Amino acid sequence: MLSIEPSRRELNGAGDVSDIALEQQASQSVIVERTRVLARIALVDRVFHQLTRAAAVVVLIILGGVIVSLVHGSWPAMQAYGFGFLTSQAWNPVTENFGAAAAIYGTLVTSIIAMVIAVPVGLGVATFLTELCPHALRRPIGVAIELLAGIPSIIYGIWGLFVLAPFLQSHVQPALISAFGDIPFFSTLFAGPPYGIGMLTAGFILAIMVLPFIASISRDVFETVPPVLKEAAWGIGATTWEVMRYVVVPYTRVGVIGGMMLGLGRALGETMAVTFVIGNAHKISGSLLAPGTTISATIANEFTEAVGDLYTSALIELGLILFVITFFVLALARYMLMRIEQKSA
Amino acid sequence: MNAAAQIAQVKAPLTKVSMRNLDFFYGESHSLKDVTMPLYANKVTSFIGPSGCGKSTLLRVLNRMYDLYPGQRAQGEVLLDGENILDPAVDINALRSRIGMVFQKPTPFPMSIYENIAFGIRLYEKLPRADMDARVEGALRGAALWDEVKDKLHTSGLGLSGGQQQRLCIARSVAVQPEIILFDEPCSALDPISTAKVEELIDELASRYTIAIVTHNMQQAVRVSDYTAFMYLGELVEFGETDDVFNKPQAKRTLDYITGRFG
Amino acid sequence: MSLYASRRGANSVATTLCWVAAVFGLSWLALILGSLVYEGVRGLSPAVFTEMTPPPGSQGGLLNAIAGSLVMTIIGVAIGTPLGMLAGTYMAEYGRYSKLTMVVRFINDILLSAPSIVIGLFVYTILVHPMGHFSAISGAVALALLVVPVVVRTTEDMLLLVPGSMREAASALGAPRAHVVGKVAYRAAKAGLITGVLLAVARVSGETAPLLFTALNNQFWSSDLTAPMASLPVVIFQFALSPYKDWQQLAWTGALLITVAVLALSIAARALSAGRRNSK
Repeated sequence: MLSIEPSRRELNGAGDVSDIALEQQASQSVIVERTRVLARIALVDRVFHQLTRAAAVVVLIILGGVIVSLVHGSWPAMQAYGFGFLTSQAWNPVTENFGAAAAIYGTLVTSIIAMVIAVPVGLGVATFLTELCPHALRRPIGVAIELLAGIPSIIYGIWGLFVLAPFLQSHVQPALISAFGDIPFFSTLFAGPPYGIGMLTAGFILAIMVLPFIASISRDVFETVPPVLKEAAWGIGATTWEVMRYVVVPYTRVGVIGGMMLGLGRALGETMAVTFVIGNAHKISGSLLAPGTTISATIANEFTEAVGDLYTSALIELGLILFVITFFVLALARYMLMRIEQKSA
Repeated sequence: MNAAAQIAQVKAPLTKVSMRNLDFFYGESHSLKDVTMPLYANKVTSFIGPSGCGKSTLLRVLNRMYDLYPGQRAQGEVLLDGENILDPAVDINALRSRIGMVFQKPTPFPMSIYENIAFGIRLYEKLPRADMDARVEGALRGAALWDEVKDKLHTSGLGLSGGQQQRLCIARSVAVQPEIILFDEPCSALDPISTAKVEELIDELASRYTIAIVTHNMQQAVRVSDYTAFMYLGELVEFGETDDVFNKPQAKRTLDYITGRFG
Repeated sequence: MSLYASRRGANSVATTLCWVAAVFGLSWLALILGSLVYEGVRGLSPAVFTEMTPPPGSQGGLLNAIAGSLVMTIIGVAIGTPLGMLAGTYMAEYGRYSKLTMVVRFINDILLSAPSIVIGLFVYTILVHPMGHFSAISGAVALALLVVPVVVRTTEDMLLLVPGSMREAASALGAPRAHVVGKVAYRAAKAGLITGVLLAVARVSGETAPLLFTALNNQFWSSDLTAPMASLPVVIFQFALSPYKDWQQLAWTGALLITVAVLALSIAARALSAGRRNSK
């Protein structure tokens, strides 16, 4: 027994036409018709479902493809140099003798310089934004920092080349050389002529570039702290510093570290900000003022001009090494950020 | 108290839906326990009970809404005109087109008032423009909303007041020509005047549809329903004609609940 | 009392350091934008938009580079957006609770910040090398691969913001999932989805590294997708590192153009998503 037909007229006081149309659709036939129509749209649904699923799988295939193609491309170099590639400083296209040590060293050193500068400053900015900044300015400054995080790295590179490097060369580096000239260890660190370009400049540019990232991620992470926790601390008379030190930072430690790792991941893989100012010299130098190179800068500078399969293959192997390093750093970062998200949810 | 025995005592009208030994699980938690009861055709059946008693869950079994989520499953039988809707072979979309549902919070789609109504109709029927207009108008009239919106049919449904939005949702359900309409606390987000309008509407709809309504408001159950089911901790404690359940409850837990001793 | 004093002392030292950090950090960023505008505006002229990139020592503009950037960005976004949206749709709708979604989300987040130069190498080995020459289309594919993770992420996030009650209401009418998604969820998330595409455009429009050995560069106008094509970032890279003053000036101007474009896109994206939030 079905119950949809009575009183249809009351429902449709408006038009006789529709009354007739409705009358024709006796409920049982409506169901049959619907089942038929539904079978058709069920097909559409299945197709769409599989299509979206395939697209999701494509994301995995992209990653897989990157790994496979890099391994494949670097195979000749791997066979030619073995693990010695990682430790050799050689980089001689004429004799086809290549090693990654100088590039790996430069990548790590510039990234370390960047993190040493950007982490404390970034955390300071984040703290400033969550605790100290006048309320009216919080949003504008926060937004400005997020916008800056989206500026292409080539902008930082060109500024580093034309503005920062000459400035460091004429003002900062001579001062560093003379100031540390007589102190052991530091005299090596700041030895040599002031080129302007070099590891220190590259690291500094990277620092400026990752600073907005670290600042805005740290701010987001700081904001996951439930206000009650902070209020409880304020309530017993804690100072701003104590609230940060004993409430906010312990609560968000995992997330903050995740944010830093994310910044580190960007710094390690960054190409354009570095390539302009690193100097592209394949040697490991004790001095931070000396020109050097990074993995990405080497690839950017030399790939299109590389002649010979072994040269190209060596560059692709550099890319593989970079990808593996950043993959682990980023995976760790995401894992940590995921944990803080779960905590706040 | 045996619910089945009580049901036998009730002078039964036509049965539209018959639940038999219905159990429901959210993962590990057992949230409906051996529920057996009918929904009578063209009657309003209300479900009352403290929150978490399973009344909303029961409603979501009737149109298999729980299928959208993993880890939820139902056991037993729910017969709709004799056909077990828990059978995996049942076409869920066809089933849902026969059973409308109105939710706690109004859920107008982000489109015009007209499109909100036409959305459901278009799923199953290709109508000429004039017929579609008539169907939309019929549905809006059926939900007592026509006069308020006829001049702004093509403005966003989100621009209506809460009460109007809820009636729009009722109209949207009616437009698909269902046989049953489920109301899940339809007035809990509404002001008293809107509530009165929706209750009046439910009253009218009862002549054409079988209605089940979950409510936390006992006065509302008294006002709108012919039958009332009282649930507690996933069990059906008492089912009967609304007057009987409220005036001479058989179970002590029912009496405690309706006199406000718990819940 | 002395404990209290030392606590207060520590507090003022710490807060002062935060102020210093904020001023220090923000002033560098202000400095960069300042010199960019100062140097870039000097070179702005109609010729920038109407003339081709010049040989060293003569006058010219950036027309072919601007056009090349537009073409490759548009193709890249056209390839990457549907793919990313479909994948994001799977993650938020059909496969919300599946293992595949968790894995894809993790991998996608890594791709989101993976070094773009590696993407360039990847496209080089799968497209440029087999084709035997550099081409605009391989540049566009490289950009598409950078668009995908951005769009996947925003699509998933935005669809997850659509209230479940909206989906239930549509399902309750008997609508199959494809309808629920296509007609209701997408519509509810429209502003957010557009935001995602704008962010993706912003992301790729300044990308240089993946274009270096895919699209390469081209001194001249080219509309051939199978031939090398100029792009703003690559031209900036080449011109900035050259010894010629004219080229360096054009590099600054190009950099200003990119920055303005990226900022405008980001601001538009923000305005859109803010508007959406307010309307709720």
